[in-house]
Amino acid sequence: MNPVPSMLSRRSFLTGGALVVSFALAPKAFAQLAGGGEGGAGPTVVAPDLKGSLKSTPWLDAWIRIDADGRVTVFTGKVELGQGIRTALIQVAAEELDIPPAVVTLVTADTERTPDEGLTAGSHSMQDSGTAIQNAAANVRMLLAAEAARDWGVPAEQVTTGGDGRLRAPDGRTLSYGDVAARLSLHVQAVPDAPLRRPSDYRTLGRELPRVDIPAKLTGGAAYLHDMRLPGMLHARVVRGPSVGTSLKSPDLDTVARMPGVVKIVRQGGFLAVVAERQWSAIQAMRHLQRAAYERAPQPPLPADGAGDAVATTLKALPARDIAIMDTSEPAGPAVCTVKARYTRPWISHGSIGPSCAIAQYLDGTMTVWTHSQGTFDVRRVVVELLGLPPEKVHAIHAEGAGCYGQNGADDVAADAAVIAKAVPGRPIRLQWMREQEFGWEPLGPGMMTELEAALGADNRIVSWTHAVWSNPHNNRPVGAGGVLAGNEADPPFPVPEGKPIPMPEGDGSRNSNPLYNFANTHVVYHFLKDMPARVSALRSLGAHLNVFSIESMLDELATAAGIDPLAIRLDHMRDERAREVMQAAADRFGWAKRPRGDGRRGCGMAFARYKNLGAYCAVAMEVEVDRETGRTLVRRAVAAVDCGQPANPDGVRNQIEGALVQSLSWTSREAVRFVADRRASFDWSSYPILRFDDVPGSVEVVVMDRPGAPFLGTAEAGQGPTAAALANAIADATGVRLRDMPLSPDRLKAAIGPV
Amino acid sequence: MSVTITVNGADHALDVDPSTPLLYVLRDDLELNGAKYGCGLGQCGACTVQIDGKPAFSCLTPVGAVAGRRIRTVEGLGSAGAPGLLQQAFEKEQAAQCGYCIAGMIMRAQALLDRNPDPDDAQIRAHMQTNLCRCGTHMRILRAVRRAVALRKGTQSAQEVRP
Repeated sequence: MNPVPSMLSRRSFLTGGALVVSFALAPKAFAQLAGGGEGGAGPTVVAPDLKGSLKSTPWLDAWIRIDADGRVTVFTGKVELGQGIRTALIQVAAEELDIPPAVVTLVTADTERTPDEGLTAGSHSMQDSGTAIQNAAANVRMLLAAEAARDWGVPAEQVTTGGDGRLRAPDGRTLSYGDVAARLSLHVQAVPDAPLRRPSDYRTLGRELPRVDIPAKLTGGAAYLHDMRLPGMLHARVVRGPSVGTSLKSPDLDTVARMPGVVKIVRQGGFLAVVAERQWSAIQAMRHLQRAAYERAPQPPLPADGAGDAVATTLKALPARDIAIMDTSEPAGPAVCTVKARYTRPWISHGSIGPSCAIAQYLDGTMTVWTHSQGTFDVRRVVVELLGLPPEKVHAIHAEGAGCYGQNGADDVAADAAVIAKAVPGRPIRLQWMREQEFGWEPLGPGMMTELEAALGADNRIVSWTHAVWSNPHNNRPVGAGGVLAGNEADPPFPVPEGKPIPMPEGDGSRNSNPLYNFANTHVVYHFLKDMPARVSALRSLGAHLNVFSIESMLDELATAAGIDPLAIRLDHMRDERAREVMQAAADRFGWAKRPRGDGRRGCGMAFARYKNLGAYCAVAMEVEVDRETGRTLVRRAVAAVDCGQPANPDGVRNQIEGALVQSLSWTSREAVRFVADRRASFDWSSYPILRFDDVPGSVEVVVMDRPGAPFLGTAEAGQGPTAAALANAIADATGVRLRDMPLSPDRLKAAIGPV
Repeated sequence: MSVTITVNGADHALDVDPSTPLLYVLRDDLELNGAKYGCGLGQCGACTVQIDGKPAFSCLTPVGAVAGRRIRTVEGLGSAGAPGLLQQAFEKEQAAQCGYCIAGMIMRAQALLDRNPDPDDAQIRAHMQTNLCRCGTHMRILRAVRRAVALRKGTQSAQEVRP
């Protein structure tokens, strides 16, 4: 079997191999477009005056269809990832059409049916799709009212709706939406100023509708791609070495070919898979093939194992391109107190509970791929290039998977399944990765480091602030065959595209490195590291996790040094009124003023960020208790406050923030991918432990700010950074020990506390 | 080779390799979606079912070993139209995000409630320790289990007052 080229040799191939470069360039041209703010191939803006994704898809019938019986179908290019977007978008559509949510059917990303809205990522779905559907629905309601008004011979503004799918004339006559819609063409462009319903009239938006996807999930209904069973479906397993960059030397194909139930061995270049009638047969065949020895090219070396200095050593050895993020200078008094610190985060796994899965079928020259990727349209682009099929012959359809929290194996497994399906035409191929493949081959959340230096003046004002961040690109979303493993394993291989930074204001490694606070003389630089020692891509919140951790830890370090209250130093430097209100709301609900003060064992901390400085505002306060014997930290209680504009579904927002808080506690307190010389060493839940029930907080409370009618702000990632910093700050308050290197593990805390 | 297993009260005779993990038989032969493949190692609990009332990892249990034993999956507790007590409680608490772990969570909780109808919070946490959730839905899962306990008490007291 051909060895898989290492990352470095793939890059050499890129520079040396003009033939292959031409393949990769076309998709790369899209890579910096909208795409949900996280890379991906975003759609082209054709109507800049419209709102949300109407900018790229302005036609009303692309979003909304009303049948004669009054059933309404709404189309979105975004997908359900467990974040509750399906229910939220139904609520948005129902509100602006003024119909009951039960008559709305929502179709999520499908390359033949829905608008291309780029990735479902970056907490963009409410901003992009929610705003588009809201305005499209307002347009449709306006057209329906105008048509009914013509029918009745009354002014359009006198036609009203009552939430039941009927239009009303002043004299009491009514017409159903279905009847009126039958006379209209919705193949018209939206106008930017269709009147929106008044928040005081809302019937559906802002209500706590139960999520429409939950009943099936609780009862064994068909809820996931994993649950699809197509006629004649075969089961496949892909066969790879233990982790990215390895290859199996001489897998025993002969024995496997004779194993009962094995239908086919698919081997093309470095790609190897087995197909069987039964899932267990495919797994047994895969296990047999995996007994082969593996090898890995020694270059580039994997990240040093461990955290803190190991992360710093790895990152500082890589060539950097310096990108200025923020530079301000203004007169300020002399510094009386300066703090300098380094903060780090190790490589983190997405850790989806369900390993990635896809189904593909190649029938009559058309490839259909069911995928739980965040980029359904990107899956089509990848498969088109990988298999050399015309775009109209590749159909990608989203079906829900396990939570992904960024780019896990979803895109890779979709491409794998398509390669296999092409080799076994006719029958649907179901491929699920194994647990160790998800840990070993998915792109990780990048390891990162920051160095901060900040100074307080005599009046407790911050007179200077510098923040340098080192990071790999978080934006390696596949938009062509080089972005997926099967492409890298093809013969000849599609090279891994060179990583690119996402420019501010969204940023990637630089995300949230620009403080929202008003500090004098602020200098922020992004040391962008394009060479990736480990395969990495987007993990929920990207660089905001470490950048917010760094900023908010530093604020507490300054506050401690100067004897200022942590809430006061934040409010003193914050002019944004909504930010102040969120901090105050969290503090009030937490009882910040009367909190127990650090006593060696118990302590409290808080932190704040506005995600990307343009998404949701989130403040977190928590109380911890530290076991000084073991270093174990328990969060007794946590309070978060969030302002996401008009909440579509406040309970959905609370669910997201509760989850963000618990997940970030897990990342921050215990997670680090381990490495040995030639492979990743985290391959299961014992070598990559995450938070379990014994370690979750005593209580978590989320305050959702009421912002009637305010524009939607993405919520899902807002809690990651503030939670991380609040934990570090609470531990410092409790013990006097400042931990700056994640994970803030019991071992590390115990070592810092010393003997009891 | 034929194996007969009893799932949610019904017998199924299957022509299957007895070493096949129960998980794949449930999913692929009986077309039950509840038990999920998560790790195949008994580390995450997404595949949890009850065998003779006890929680078990179906990913590690060979189907040949469970002939004649009572297997219960989340489908055996109720349906979307007629949800069981725990399913009602999870729905009421909206205790799911991606939900991939949830059927396993419910089956583990069911095993606790079957032997201890009134567990306290510490007992619930200790019992649920085996099962992983990555979305961070833990607080809601705990609330849902507590709600099921309260619901059952309410149901019982309602029955008690009935003549």
